[in-house]
Amino acid sequence: MPRTFYPAENFAPVPNSVSLLPFRFTRLFGKELLVNEAGEYLFAPEGTVHALVSGSFAATTELYKDLKAKHFLYDDTSSPLLDILAAKIRTKFQHIYGGTKLHIFVVTLRCEHSCHYCQVSRQGAAKGEFDMSTATADRALALMFDSPAPHLTLEMQGGEPLLAFDMIRYLVPRAKAMAKERGKMLDLVVTTNLAVATDEMLQYLADEGVKVSTSLDGPAFLHNQNRPRPGNDSYERAIDGIARARKIVGVENVAALMTTTSASLDHVEEIIDEYVRQEFHTIFLRPISPYGFAVKSRKRTGYEMARFLEFYKRGLKHILEINRSGYRLAEIYTQILLTKILTPYGTGYVDLQSPAGEAWNVLVYNYDGNVFASDESRMLAEMRDNTFRLGNVHKDTRRTLLTSDAALAMFESSCNQTLVGCSDCAFQAYCGADPIFHHATQGDMYGHRPSSDFCARNMESIKHLFSYIAQDDPATMGIFWAWLTGRPLPSLEVPCA
Amino acid sequence: MRLTTTGSARNFAEGVVGRIAAHDLPQSERVHHIRLLQDCDGAIQDLTGYRGVLAYGSAPTSLPVVDRLREVLTFADGDVVVLEPNGFVRSLYRPREKHHSMFVTERCSSNCLMCSQPPKDHDDVDALTARNRELIRLMNPKPEYLTITGGEPTLLGDHLFDLLDEAKRLLPSTAIHILSNGRTLAWPQYCARIAELGHPDLSFGIPLYSDVAGDHDYVVQAKGAFDQTLSGFHQAARHGIRVEVRIVLHRLTVPRLARLAEFIFRNLPFAEHVALMGLEFVGYTARNVAELWIDPFDYQLELAAAVRFLSERGITVSIYNHQLCVLQPELWGYARKSISDWKNLYLPACEQCARREACGGLFQWAAKKHSSHIHPL
Repeated sequence: MPRTFYPAENFAPVPNSVSLLPFRFTRLFGKELLVNEAGEYLFAPEGTVHALVSGSFAATTELYKDLKAKHFLYDDTSSPLLDILAAKIRTKFQHIYGGTKLHIFVVTLRCEHSCHYCQVSRQGAAKGEFDMSTATADRALALMFDSPAPHLTLEMQGGEPLLAFDMIRYLVPRAKAMAKERGKMLDLVVTTNLAVATDEMLQYLADEGVKVSTSLDGPAFLHNQNRPRPGNDSYERAIDGIARARKIVGVENVAALMTTTSASLDHVEEIIDEYVRQEFHTIFLRPISPYGFAVKSRKRTGYEMARFLEFYKRGLKHILEINRSGYRLAEIYTQILLTKILTPYGTGYVDLQSPAGEAWNVLVYNYDGNVFASDESRMLAEMRDNTFRLGNVHKDTRRTLLTSDAALAMFESSCNQTLVGCSDCAFQAYCGADPIFHHATQGDMYGHRPSSDFCARNMESIKHLFSYIAQDDPATMGIFWAWLTGRPLPSLEVPCA
Repeated sequence: MRLTTTGSARNFAEGVVGRIAAHDLPQSERVHHIRLLQDCDGAIQDLTGYRGVLAYGSAPTSLPVVDRLREVLTFADGDVVVLEPNGFVRSLYRPREKHHSMFVTERCSSNCLMCSQPPKDHDDVDALTARNRELIRLMNPKPEYLTITGGEPTLLGDHLFDLLDEAKRLLPSTAIHILSNGRTLAWPQYCARIAELGHPDLSFGIPLYSDVAGDHDYVVQAKGAFDQTLSGFHQAARHGIRVEVRIVLHRLTVPRLARLAEFIFRNLPFAEHVALMGLEFVGYTARNVAELWIDPFDYQLELAAAVRFLSERGITVSIYNHQLCVLQPELWGYARKSISDWKNLYLPACEQCARREACGGLFQWAAKKHSSHIHPL
């Protein structure tokens, strides 16, 4: 019997019933922005959500198909494909698999800098007083390798860790041997101002495959103002150190981070231009952390979040112009947020995750053996607030650390899905929770969203990026995608009409 | 180039597959060969040991034979052909070509409006499987790429696993690409079996025609197909089976093409390749042409947007079955010469074209209907 063809109505009838899948929404740019559980978004005309909820939405429109295709709703004409949606959500939450990945070892608190915003450093301390002992290091390594994560990062920081170079030489071979024995991948990083880096030290880092993360706050006047040291030559030493580190350790293994102080706020273009001048291809426009000495010296370094957001927006505009001119410079926070908004994937960035990355994805082993949920936690401890001290390497196991009262109290408020102000926020899928930040700034881990700087920063940054997305300028989006995929910048040629 | 002919068949009841010997071979080498006799000299030859005989003239022999062939064939030494008891002769493999295909069944669970190879509801599986097992054995040199096509190959049941096992054993360095509607892959056990084969270079090419179920199901004329195909993609990925997404461009798929691209990126980010293909004017297309036809010139904006969208996101995209003169220049880099030598055609306008060498040309059946914007570059 020859086969026959059937009309479209046979396959796509008007559905009898429509069911909603979970989504959140907000008004934005005169439209409604809908975001589903997997972070997929859709701009729809105002009134769409009301029509959907009240059941008056016409199932015959192209918008209905959009909503169905993006898992905002399903109907009786096809299966809801919940396992596909589940796979997408799983992909977004990849960061919660595997256990703690980032392990920060504070090898010493000693430092020859006296940065205004630094939370922890000790100047002029005698060797040994604030240094990690080999016994502490051994225990910390054992705890680190008890994490089930298949890929671990050991970050050595301080103080200035190069002042305790013998501890670095102690940790590196032992960590490598343990990684080999347990079949784990291992990344090694040292966070240093490079001021005291000798060529011999750099050669050791090169030989052992240790990456270098350093500080560069901007041009000389700003960097030296933010980062005082004897001789007022922090900038000159950083630039010299970067040049030598690139030569010895390799260009791709040297990264720089900046911190925004109130002195920085009026100079975002100069800061960015300094990164270009130093031939960096990434920059992270970071607000100052409200911890440690930064809180004490708030008058000197602190500022309103609104001013930082202005700084970020102006900076991003300038960065895009630089990219348009053909020089690749990615802004890291933008890249993190856009990965969450535009792609099916999440990010490994521990400071913007839900459940919060603290303790789950990062542990800090202090020089004295105390274990903290994050770098910020140990800064709070320096201010005599031990709320986030999970335990001590000499007494605790991975199990007791992660089930400590401190950890459990924090976990309670570490999921933005369950926080008032976040649970129904359209941007929830792109954001995170930060109980430590809210404890430090609001005296309460749960936090109060309308007055939270964390909320203000992320809401406004995400909205700002959506303004670029809504504009959909091909050149700008091409630059963003080049950052997200690691592919070359879009070519400057204008395609023929 | 003709790949089939007919003649009068004698002395066999089931298809005979063999390698063409255009010249006489020593007795010891004859066993896999079908002797092709160019002249009417069958009577004076000793044909002992050949698997069969093909002849333009009359060939009195007790071997399986198809003689008095209607058309002159371009068969050459080493080609693999099949002789059918009804006198049908078909070329299955030509060593001089780079891409090879193996046709495994005419049965299909879908009935796509634009199918280039309309399905037939008869059980050809056993006969074709026997033929294809022999074909795999006779391919020499071993092909770089082999596409398994139908019909719907997964309807072969266990026979498909047999063929893949055989391919793995005898053609270990041949990349196998199975063109399937992907619906069977929705069964986790099926994907598990494919994965268990441990074939070193196996992938599936699976069509997706819309980001919404109803539209896709209409194009493939099968209720529930979208849900099954999508689950199939995911089951395949879960089992480490590589997949390609194939989209035929026509009046039903173009309007939501940008959304389909986004759907692929969000839901099938593991797809290793997306192929955007021109409509072939063959098979069912003629019957449904009023509903399907859109001049490729008229969908360049949509096509360019989809290509840009996917490639920007790092997904490899190719455009098949399109002529360069109809494509926007920004798309030329994505156009592949995808039409087999024996199927392609150039129009008189192509004679003066400076880019003819780089262009895939047209399917021979496009002589009947093609873009009205074809012009020399």
